[in-house]
Amino acid sequence: MAEIRVQNLRKAFGAFVAVQDSNFVVEDGEFFVMLGPSGCGKTTTLRMIAGLELPTGGKILLGGEDVTMRRARERDIAFVFQLFALYPHMNVRRNIGFPLLAQGMPSAEIRGRVEETAKLLRIDHLLDKSVSGLAGGDRQRVALGRAIVRRPKCFLMDEPLGTLDTEFRDLMVHELRELHNRIHATTVYVTHDQMEAMSMADKIAVMNHGVIEQFGTPREIYDRPATMFVADFIGSPPMNFLRFGGGLARGAKEIVVQGAKVAVPEVREDVAPADMALGIRPEHIRFDDGSKLRGAIYGTEYLGTTQIVAVETADGIIKARVPAGIHLSPGEQVGLALNGARLSLFEKGSGRAVRTAMHDQAAEARHG
Amino acid sequence: MSLTTAHSVVAPSSNAKLIAGTIIIAYALISIVPLLWIFATSFKTPPDSIAYPPKIVFQPSIEGYCNLFTTRTRQTPDYIKSLGPATGFCDETVRKRNMVIAGPSNFLPRFVNSLIIAFGSTFCAVFLGTLSAYGFSRFKVPLADDLLFFILSTRFMPPIAVAIPIYLMYRELGLSDTALGMILLYTAVNVSLAVWLLKGFIDEIPREYEEAAMIDGYTRLQAFWRTVLPQATTGIAATAIFCLIFAWNEYAFAALLTSGTAQTAPPFIPTIIGEGGQDWPAVAAGTTIFLVPILVFTILLRKQLLRGITFGAVRK
Repeated sequence: MAEIRVQNLRKAFGAFVAVQDSNFVVEDGEFFVMLGPSGCGKTTTLRMIAGLELPTGGKILLGGEDVTMRRARERDIAFVFQLFALYPHMNVRRNIGFPLLAQGMPSAEIRGRVEETAKLLRIDHLLDKSVSGLAGGDRQRVALGRAIVRRPKCFLMDEPLGTLDTEFRDLMVHELRELHNRIHATTVYVTHDQMEAMSMADKIAVMNHGVIEQFGTPREIYDRPATMFVADFIGSPPMNFLRFGGGLARGAKEIVVQGAKVAVPEVREDVAPADMALGIRPEHIRFDDGSKLRGAIYGTEYLGTTQIVAVETADGIIKARVPAGIHLSPGEQVGLALNGARLSLFEKGSGRAVRTAMHDQAAEARHG
Repeated sequence: MSLTTAHSVVAPSSNAKLIAGTIIIAYALISIVPLLWIFATSFKTPPDSIAYPPKIVFQPSIEGYCNLFTTRTRQTPDYIKSLGPATGFCDETVRKRNMVIAGPSNFLPRFVNSLIIAFGSTFCAVFLGTLSAYGFSRFKVPLADDLLFFILSTRFMPPIAVAIPIYLMYRELGLSDTALGMILLYTAVNVSLAVWLLKGFIDEIPREYEEAAMIDGYTRLQAFWRTVLPQATTGIAATAIFCLIFAWNEYAFAALLTSGTAQTAPPFIPTIIGEGGQDWPAVAAGTTIFLVPILVFTILLRKQLLRGITFGAVRK
């Protein structure tokens, strides 16, 4: 196993820049997820780490070794494809043993290793079956088996659960994480599904238009989004934004939104007057008739323990997550109380988050 | 008119089925009657073969096959009587017509030429076609579209249109009447078909298979050999049949460029007429034998052939 270090990695296809100066480090044994909408450059980055694409610029180090221009087969990595790429003309046993055959391993040893791997993935009863008859989850396990049988330096997975049914997907998310906890293989996992990313990752990089918008733990990314894109992409429903104007001064603890004073985490930098946005997670909204921030109920979405309530305010629809027990009828006027300790502030132009006391706590938590 | 006569929009009506069936049967008859006639003629005696009205029922004889494989000389009855007893059926039949067998005919070597040239050129066309199709399918070839169009454009006119230049070139290069020359020529004609057909098949094989193999430690060539080829067998078989049928049946170039050692069966068979009169049973026998390899090959690979014909008609 090894750490993966990506330095100023760049990839251009003609005039189109797919990946722009990416930098990140995946530590040894870490489960790293690249998350972003389709076309954001996450798969291209993964393919460059694999050696299936050559970068236009930058460096890739695997376990301290520069492999930027090496061929895929010289990198000692394993790749799980979205469509699994199981060879239809081979049975399960030969599929899993295929990478070992390339190393010229004696067939008795291959047999042993394949069986051991199959046991680990609980597919030993399928070894002599044809891959074309397998169910989605089993195909996925065979693809994983082919990846882990060689014990490579790291695993790269390109949306491996993308084609599975929801039922299988939840099961495989669990199995993948469990497998990772057992073998501690450095893993780079690409997905557009935030639930997969949040539930499996040690670290996440959120990408958009070839740029890494934020790199951090799932908690950091959810609680302290670095940009409005991240805030909007992560969370279901996503973060709400309320516009406000004017600049911010260091030390400010309050802003004015739609004529109502709102307490925010203490601001740690000066921001020149510009269009700003207040970011509020749906679960940080309470209904409080005393609040000056008001709106009318637009609709509700019942989810069992909670409900998502859409409230029409002067600045568009805000979604709040509140206990399911509250009864609300459309058109009803409500006041919105916000959890002042958990709000984010953004510069609308650049989308960048303003530094606040929330970020101090994060820094302390990391260093302490 | 009754309102209850609901009809399906997808299932053909019984009338439509009847009409379609009639057309197919008629077409099959029209196609197969000449073949049956040739097959029947090959087992007739020369007088039966030219009898008028034509004989449908006749006493079968293998005289045609005897004449096909031998050359014969006409002798006086006295000379024939002076010979020892006939050594076989053919010998006996020939003597009845006041002739003796002088030696084997050229049919067998010509037939072998056909086999060598047709299978040789098919192998070359499919081999080159597979590699170029893979290249066009997987790599960024500069001017790929123009090159592919150029390859296709070689089929715009009938190959025979270039017969004269090729005849002159082959004479200069010493390729006239050689098996190598014919293999090169048929390969050149067929390779365009092979590239286009196979590119379609290979495009359908996801490239993840090779990528997976390359990551797992194989070179590109090994990955191609172990993952792409096994999945392209249907396409390769279909392409091979098309190439083989062309090379096997080709007459015009063969007649123009081969006359002796490298002559193939198609230009040879008509020369049987005139060697010993209009020997139709021998011609029919030659044709019948000539049809056998392609018939066997086609029946064996008919599924692939069908897929090759309908290929691209249904897109996923």
